[in-house]
Amino acid sequence: MTGVRRAWAIVALPVISIVLSVLVGSVVIILSQWLVSGTFELGLAVDAYASLISGSIGSFNAIVNTLTVAAPLILGGLSVGLAFKAGLFNIGAQGQFLMGALGAVIVGVTLREAAPPLAIPAALVGGMLFGAFYGFIPGVLKAVSGAHEVVTTIMLNFIAVAIVAGMVSEVLKVPASPQPITLDVVNASLPVILGRNGHIGIIYALLAAVGYHWLLFRTTRGFEIRTTGANPDAARYAGMKPRRIIVWTMSVAGLLAGLAGATELLGVSHLMTASYGTTVGFDSIAVALLGRTSAVGIVISALFFGGMRAGAPAMQVEAGVPADLVGVLQATILFFLVAGPVVQRVFRLRGVKAAIEDTGTFTRTYGGGESVSR
Amino acid sequence: MDPIIQAVYGLPIIGLVFQLVGYLITVLPDIAPIILRGAVPIALAALCGVMCERSGVVNIGIEGTMLVAAFVAWAAGVYLVPLLGDSVPLAIFGITPALVGALLIAVLAGLIVALLHAWLSISVRADQIIAGTIINIAAFGITGYLYSLISSSSPEGAGAFVTFRPPEFLLALPFVGWLFDMFLAQGPIGMGVIVIVVVFQVFLFRSRWGLRMRSVGEHPRAAETVGIDVIRVRYRNVLLGGVLAALGGAYLSLEITGSFTQGMTAGRGFIGLAAMIIGRWTPLGAFGAALMFSSFGAIGQSINIAPPPGDLGVLLDQLPGQFFDALPYLATIVVLAGVVGRSVPPAADGLPYEREAAS
Repeated sequence: MTGVRRAWAIVALPVISIVLSVLVGSVVIILSQWLVSGTFELGLAVDAYASLISGSIGSFNAIVNTLTVAAPLILGGLSVGLAFKAGLFNIGAQGQFLMGALGAVIVGVTLREAAPPLAIPAALVGGMLFGAFYGFIPGVLKAVSGAHEVVTTIMLNFIAVAIVAGMVSEVLKVPASPQPITLDVVNASLPVILGRNGHIGIIYALLAAVGYHWLLFRTTRGFEIRTTGANPDAARYAGMKPRRIIVWTMSVAGLLAGLAGATELLGVSHLMTASYGTTVGFDSIAVALLGRTSAVGIVISALFFGGMRAGAPAMQVEAGVPADLVGVLQATILFFLVAGPVVQRVFRLRGVKAAIEDTGTFTRTYGGGESVSR
Repeated sequence: MDPIIQAVYGLPIIGLVFQLVGYLITVLPDIAPIILRGAVPIALAALCGVMCERSGVVNIGIEGTMLVAAFVAWAAGVYLVPLLGDSVPLAIFGITPALVGALLIAVLAGLIVALLHAWLSISVRADQIIAGTIINIAAFGITGYLYSLISSSSPEGAGAFVTFRPPEFLLALPFVGWLFDMFLAQGPIGMGVIVIVVVFQVFLFRSRWGLRMRSVGEHPRAAETVGIDVIRVRYRNVLLGGVLAALGGAYLSLEITGSFTQGMTAGRGFIGLAAMIIGRWTPLGAFGAALMFSSFGAIGQSINIAPPPGDLGVLLDQLPGQFFDALPYLATIVVLAGVVGRSVPPAADGLPYEREAAS
C-alpha cells in the first residue's frame, strides 16, 4: 500500500500533466480544423490520437521505430538532466548533437573501409569528443566570465548549424554530387539488432542511463555535482571547486549529446547533408523535465516522446493532423509541469512530489554569474 | 628588439587593418539603413528584456513571444485581407486597414504570451528560466503546427509596410546625408523604435514611474514597504515587454518580409538578451548594442556580396559563406563573455516575490 502511494506521489503530477495536455491537444486539433476548413469534427481528435498510438506501438515495426527514435532522446535527456543536477541549463544539446553527428561522420567516412570493430567505436568516440568540446565551451565561458549558459548555448546552436553546413558543402562534399552531401559511412554503420532498422543505439542509451545513475549517486564527483547544483556556496565551503565542476559537467553533458548525434548519424542516416537538422535538442529538455532528471524517469519519458515522434507521421497521413502537433503536446505537458503548484491545488493532491525539482541556480546565476564568480 | 614583436611587425596585419577600416568607411553609408533594419527586432527584444528585468522578472521567452507575434501578424493578414477588401494603401508607409489590423492582433497575441509568462513567474513563482524556455518551445510548436495547417493552401498575407522615402535633398547633404537615409528610410516600426528608445530611457531614469519600476527590481521588500504594489508593477512591466517583443516579431513578418517562415526569429530574442546585458539594462545602451550586433551581420553580408579589394579581399574570399552566417552569433558570445562580469543586473532579477503574511 505504501509502495503504491509512494509511486503515485512521484508520478502524479507528470501523469496529470500528460492527461491535461491530451485534452488541450484535442481542443487545439478541433478548433484549428474548424478555423481552416469550417467543419466541426469532434471525432477528429480521437482519430488523431488513435493513429498516433497505433503508429508508435501498434505493430512490431512501430515499436522498433519508437525505440530507434527514443535512443537519441534518452542520451539527450541524460545530457540536459546531468546539467540540471549541477544547476546548469543545457539548452545546447541541439548544437552538441549536431557536432557529435559531424564528428561521427568525419571519422566514419575516413574509416568507411576499415573493419567495423575498429570503425564503429572510433566514429562514436569522434562524435563524443566533438560534443564534449562543444559543451566545454559554454562551461568555460560560464566558469571564467559568468556568461549565462542559456544565451551562449543558444548562440552555439546556431553556430553549429553553420559549421555543419560549411563543413559538408566545403570540405566533406562528394565531388561528383550535385547537392552538398557526404559519403556513406558504410562499415562504421551501427549494427541492426531488431527488425529492419532497429540499430544498437538503444542499448548504448540504456547503458548510458545506468552510468548516469551510477555517476550521480555512487561517485564522489556525482556528490560534488549535486552539491554544486543544490547550493554552490555550500559546495565551495566544503572545499569543492564549483567552477571546475561546471566545466566538467558541461563537457560530459556535451559528450552525452554528442553520443546521441553519433548514434543517430551512424544508425539512421549514415551520411550528412548540408541542412542536417534535428528536433532532439528541444525534445531532450522536455524529456529531462518530465523525467525529473532521474535515470529511470528520463528513459520512460524518452520512450514516451519517442513514441509520439515515431507515431506522428502516421497521424499526419491517416488523420490529416500535422505532425507538428507533437510540439504542441510537448509544450503543454511542460506547461502543466511548471504550473505544478497550481495543478496540485486544483486537483487537491496532498503529499505528492513537486513536478520540477527546485533548482533556483539557473536564475540566481543569470547575468552577473554571482554565485560562481565569488 | 624582442623577436616575437619583430615577427608581429613582419606580418602585414597593419596593412590589413587599414584596408578593413577603409572598406568599412566606403560601405558604411550604403549599409547603414540595413544595419538599422537588422537592429530593430534585436533592439525591441532587448527593450522587452530591460522592461521585464528592471522590475525583477527574467524573460527568456522573448524569442517565443516574437515568433508567435510574427506568425499571428501574418496569419491575421490572411484572414483580414478578404474581410476588409483591397483598399488603396496610404501614401505614407503603404498603410492598409488589413496591415494595421494584423499589427494590432499581433500585439494582442504578444500580450497573451506575456501574460502566461507573468502568471508562471510572478504568481506561480516557477523558475523563470524554465518558464521562459517552455514559452519558446510552445511558440515553436504551435506556430509550426498552425503554419502547416494554414500554409497548405499557400495563402497571401496582408503584405508589408512600405519603407518611407526621405526627400532627395536630405540624402544629398554632404557627410550627414547617409544618416538621414539610415534613420528615415524605414517603415513605421523601424522609425518607432527610435522614439520608444528615447522615451523609455527618459521615463526609466527621470520619472516616478521609472523610479518605482527600478526599486521593485532592486529591492521589492523596500518598495512594498513604501506602498508600491510589487506584483502589479511586475505584471504591468512583463505585459508592456510583451507589446515590445510583439512589435519586434510583427516587424519581421509585416515590415521586412510580408510573409512567415518557420522559426523566422532565428535567435534574435536571445541576441536581444545579450544586447540588454551589454547595454547594462538601459534602453539606450541596449539599442547601441543591438546596432553593433546587427552591423556584424550587415558587414558580413556586404563582404560576402562585394568583397573588398586587395590582400584583405583575397583573405576574406577564402572564408566560406557560412562563416558570415555565423558571425552575429559568434560576436554575441565573444562580446557577452567579455562584458558580462562587469555589467550588473538589478539585484532582485529573477527572484520571485512573496508578500509577507499579514499578521
